[in-house]
Amino acid sequence: MMQPDPTIPRKKPTYFKEHQEALYKSLEDKHATVEIDQSDPLSTRMTLNMGPQHPATHGVLRVLMELDGEVITKCRLDTGYLHRGIEKMAENKTYQEFMPYTDRMDYLSPYSNNVALCLAVEKIAKIEVPDRATYIRMICCELARISSHLLWLGTMIMDAGALSFFLWTFREREKIYDIFDEVAGHRFTVSHSRIGGLNNDFTPVAEEKIRKFVREFPDELKGWHKILDRNRIFVDRNNNVGAIGHEEAIAIGLAGPSLRATGIAYDIRTFEPYMFYDQMEFMVPTRTEGDNLARYYCRMEEMAESIRIIEQCFEKMPRKGPIRTDDAKKSYPSKDEVYYSMEGLIHDFMMTDTGVCPPEGAESYNAIEAPKGELGFYIQSDGTGHPWRLKIKSPSFSNLQGLETVLDGEMVADTVVIIGGFDPVMGDSDK
Amino acid sequence: MNTDTRDNLLQDIQEFLGDALIDLSVAYKHPLLLIQRDRLLDTCRFLKNTMHFIYLNEIIGTDRFTSEDRFEVIYHLVSLRDRQRLFLKVRVEEENPVLPTVTTIWQSANWNEREVFDMFGIRFDGHPDLRRIFLPEDFKYYPLRKEFPLLGVPGSLEMPNSTPDHD
Repeated sequence: MMQPDPTIPRKKPTYFKEHQEALYKSLEDKHATVEIDQSDPLSTRMTLNMGPQHPATHGVLRVLMELDGEVITKCRLDTGYLHRGIEKMAENKTYQEFMPYTDRMDYLSPYSNNVALCLAVEKIAKIEVPDRATYIRMICCELARISSHLLWLGTMIMDAGALSFFLWTFREREKIYDIFDEVAGHRFTVSHSRIGGLNNDFTPVAEEKIRKFVREFPDELKGWHKILDRNRIFVDRNNNVGAIGHEEAIAIGLAGPSLRATGIAYDIRTFEPYMFYDQMEFMVPTRTEGDNLARYYCRMEEMAESIRIIEQCFEKMPRKGPIRTDDAKKSYPSKDEVYYSMEGLIHDFMMTDTGVCPPEGAESYNAIEAPKGELGFYIQSDGTGHPWRLKIKSPSFSNLQGLETVLDGEMVADTVVIIGGFDPVMGDSDK
Repeated sequence: MNTDTRDNLLQDIQEFLGDALIDLSVAYKHPLLLIQRDRLLDTCRFLKNTMHFIYLNEIIGTDRFTSEDRFEVIYHLVSLRDRQRLFLKVRVEEENPVLPTVTTIWQSANWNEREVFDMFGIRFDGHPDLRRIFLPEDFKYYPLRKEFPLLGVPGSLEMPNSTPDHD
């Protein structure tokens, strides 16, 4: 094994000295998987630092790679640049107060995060949700999935070299933002769910906008399939890149579409159906190749399945009905009650001050299939309105751990495409 | 989820563990097992090899803030074959909190154990690369312990100057 040239001094870090030293040492300690050919003049060993401020790392991911020529012999990921300690914050807030923080976890699909938290709290506190609210949640969760996958499609193809796709997918995303603006009053960080239901019902305009999107979007998707599926550059760039087998994918704990691209049909919507997914007819797209192209196909087909689910939700959804449980001890009362009755005002105050109190000593876990994979909340309650411990199982964290293994032995030029294919969101991973 | 499979499964686990099983509950659908610390590794091996819990989903650390067995580490396992989740708990004392690593059984325990170490200071014996994962190594506190203040400890991390000429 060649040693680094001692005549070239490595620049001493200014901040977090111990951290930098430990990281570089860990890279040196890691077992190398690629044989180095000493006779080849191109095989120069060098350490390359990518990120945390790099446009292709989709946020603040830092990748420390050791290169042999163009091949990554070993790599280490440094995360935590977006660590805000939201698990600690959760312990000091009521469950409802914590909801805006979940918007900022996986900031590409805030609606799914809200619903994940609501379902977890409703499970531990045993709160029933009206049917219409559940259907609206399902529709919006699927819209959030499409929105998240659209951003992945735009950026991943931009990483592979085609810039115009980013504009086309963002045009479609813009329509989804408009829908969320109409539904929740916010384009991005929606916080539309409430524990026990929703903040407000669909307006007729919102419903019409969603129906229009559902009608038009499959044509767009078809067009993208047409331009990409047989595109020589795109296929060559992604085929057999970042490939992983299903056994290893399970061992390193991949989640979501990255896991399904290896052939494991692990989707919480069918594994452990929540809301009304057990009554829906949809497929869980899988591939067996486990490379970047397989991940592309999985996500593209998932978008089509989401459209199918939204259509079925519209068919089965009750036309009218309450959107929040009518029990002021478990959920916020409606604004009418708050403004025009004393009890309503008191209950509103109590909900804001104390909130929902699950039974003392209760522990429960509830997960949903977020766009990136399994998003779960493990809640331990001490009987007060604050969780004693709230642990977030975030899919990006699991996927990034897998990325460290997948990158070993790949070409350095493929790094950005592989990161794009795994679709990590640092807000989700770093918590 | 099939309740029959779950009952069979729990029976098998009970037989395997015997007295080492301290507590078992299935409130909220998912089985929670509290076991003795010294039986952790062979229970994990049994669950993976015999009961087919091949997917380690996450490792959860909690601070119970009690004088005895202060910390609790929860292993969240999934059996894809039986469509079953299982939560395996062990407790660790406050003085010298050490557990054996399960990275030899599930590779994905690597980052999860690093996270528990980062947040609670529980060390995992035999872990291949036990560094902090979110916070820098220079940080000397464990933030999810209950005694750590919500607003942080001033001066605990060296930060760049906020004025440009003061360097």
